[in-house]
Amino acid sequence: MPSWKEQLPSIGTLGPFIALLIACGFFSLQSEQFLTGANFSLILQQVMVVGLIAIGQTLIILTAGIDLSCGMVMALGGVVMTKVAHDYGVHPVLAIAAGFAVTAGFGLINGLLVTRIKLPSFIVTLGTMNIAFAITQLYSQSQTITDLPAGMTFLGTTFSIGQTEVAYGTVLMLAMYGASWLWLRETASGRHIYAVGNNPEATRLTGIATHKVLLMVYVLAGLCYGVASLLSVARTGVGDPNAGQTENLDAITAVVLGGTSLFGGRGIVLGSLIGAMIVGVFRNGLTLMGVSSVYQILITGILVILAVATDQLSRKGGR
Amino acid sequence: MQQSRIHLAIAAVATAIALPTFAAEPIIGLITKTETNPFFVKMKEGASAEAKAKGAKLLSAAGKTDGDNAGQVTAIENMIAAGAKTILITPSDSKAIVPSIKKAREKGVLVIALDSPTEPANATDALFATDNFKAGVLIGNYAKATMAGKPAKIATLDLFPGHPVGAQRHNGFLEGFGLKSLDAKSNELAKPAEVVCMADSFGDQAKGQTAMENCLQKNPDINVVYTINEPAAAGAFNALKKAGKEKGVLVVSVDGGCQGIKDVGAGKIAATSQQYPLKMAAMGVAAGVEYAKTGKKPSGYTDTGVTLIAAKAVAGVDSKDTKTGMDLCWGNK
Repeated sequence: MPSWKEQLPSIGTLGPFIALLIACGFFSLQSEQFLTGANFSLILQQVMVVGLIAIGQTLIILTAGIDLSCGMVMALGGVVMTKVAHDYGVHPVLAIAAGFAVTAGFGLINGLLVTRIKLPSFIVTLGTMNIAFAITQLYSQSQTITDLPAGMTFLGTTFSIGQTEVAYGTVLMLAMYGASWLWLRETASGRHIYAVGNNPEATRLTGIATHKVLLMVYVLAGLCYGVASLLSVARTGVGDPNAGQTENLDAITAVVLGGTSLFGGRGIVLGSLIGAMIVGVFRNGLTLMGVSSVYQILITGILVILAVATDQLSRKGGR
Repeated sequence: MQQSRIHLAIAAVATAIALPTFAAEPIIGLITKTETNPFFVKMKEGASAEAKAKGAKLLSAAGKTDGDNAGQVTAIENMIAAGAKTILITPSDSKAIVPSIKKAREKGVLVIALDSPTEPANATDALFATDNFKAGVLIGNYAKATMAGKPAKIATLDLFPGHPVGAQRHNGFLEGFGLKSLDAKSNELAKPAEVVCMADSFGDQAKGQTAMENCLQKNPDINVVYTINEPAAAGAFNALKKAGKEKGVLVVSVDGGCQGIKDVGAGKIAATSQQYPLKMAAMGVAAGVEYAKTGKKPSGYTDTGVTLIAAKAVAGVDSKDTKTGMDLCWGNK
């Protein structure tokens, strides 16, 4: 039996949540509109795209990798699904499937290059980031795709819980966080991801096919980016070839703020949602206060360094 | 062996690239902020059509992203090396590009700024651009006439802090609306009492939507929305529609891209000030060819014009309809 002290969540786990609570407390003192259900539903909608990319990114960072291509692959997925639906008149469901196939395909390519040729994920995804961006621009001719069928933007529509309008997209995001949390925690394949991130060699020697685990992680991440494409299309109502440029690093920021270790093997996927929420809360709160968006960037930068420093120090402390 | 072969290949390629330098046709370089923004795509289109008509050779290049000064510096160097006698540039960073432009001009290259000025403006030989303050004044006038004395609660979705074009449009709009504003040279954003929310949209639809949603949280009674460009306006409209407020709120914008004009026609945007990238580029190329032939340099600022496009005209404000706007717009029709 572990003692009660060991049952308590570590600072790395609680830190992001405490930071979010402090930020919320601060903004509710500054603005009376902040602490309402409608406003929180709104912040969730504003972070749903980054939130979904962050699920895929968390999986990859747990294996001690990183995916720089996430935002660009997301943008490509959005352009593919909207263009297929708009230009060829294909049924939205098939068009969305085409978008998912492209983003998962990019995941597969990333995974194969990492596992078969043993290239560092940083370099592989640096390359595929540029490739995905270029294909997006060439395929769309740098033009936004409009006049989409309603089926593609359904996730951006809302239903009401009491007074609060909630978007279907945020429900999907929360469900995917729940599912990935359970999967990582309760299943063998989920635990293998932590094992690969902690010590790939030891994991291989215990008979786990580390290559297969890694490949699966990259493909699943690609699928997450596909869902993010769909959410992005649903939220803005267009296929935007210039999407994903800030989401690229915002997703990594969310994962790091959420307490997942960049050195791999440690972290909780729900933390990434908290991390995305922290950024969203600052953007929303500072606008309500009438403060320039540059402060949001400043504060995010400070928080990222604090988060990584906490991780590094707690690692030295032997936890 | 291997290496000398590579050297030979490089020499061959270099000769092939250098050859056009000796051609008789004047070489004109066009450097835009990015390759991907439809505004600059149209600008390139206008430049290459004019170059073809005038028998000039057009080289084009761009930064990787908006604000990529180093990319533009490299482009200037490459174009001088390629023998360009005129360089047309939309500076990404109005100050940082000045030393490179100075070097080019010292080599006898005519440099014309398109779309946005350098700081100081006389660092280039001439400037062909939209009067952004005036573009703001036009939509300000329109909004004021439409409101017809009703008290205004205004949200402004601006570009980002410190950008001169963003400040000029914002302050021009307030001036046109008859509110306390700053002059056309200021880089600060005026904030009279009627402006109840100011947020940065970065000229992007998704961020424009987020900014408007947050503004509506702050003040649900907003009835006038000024946006830096039409993607931001489309985002604002999405936010208004989701809040069920799309009917009573007046959205005005600047740019005049084809999608933006369509949005004016569809009633999402009430009015927009249309600018003319194709004309800017064509005028720049014509000036470059003139310089190559006669040595005559243009100077000072040339206004490339701005037109108010509105689906519904209001009394006392001169505007054109969306059909005129569509004829002159840029992007996919």
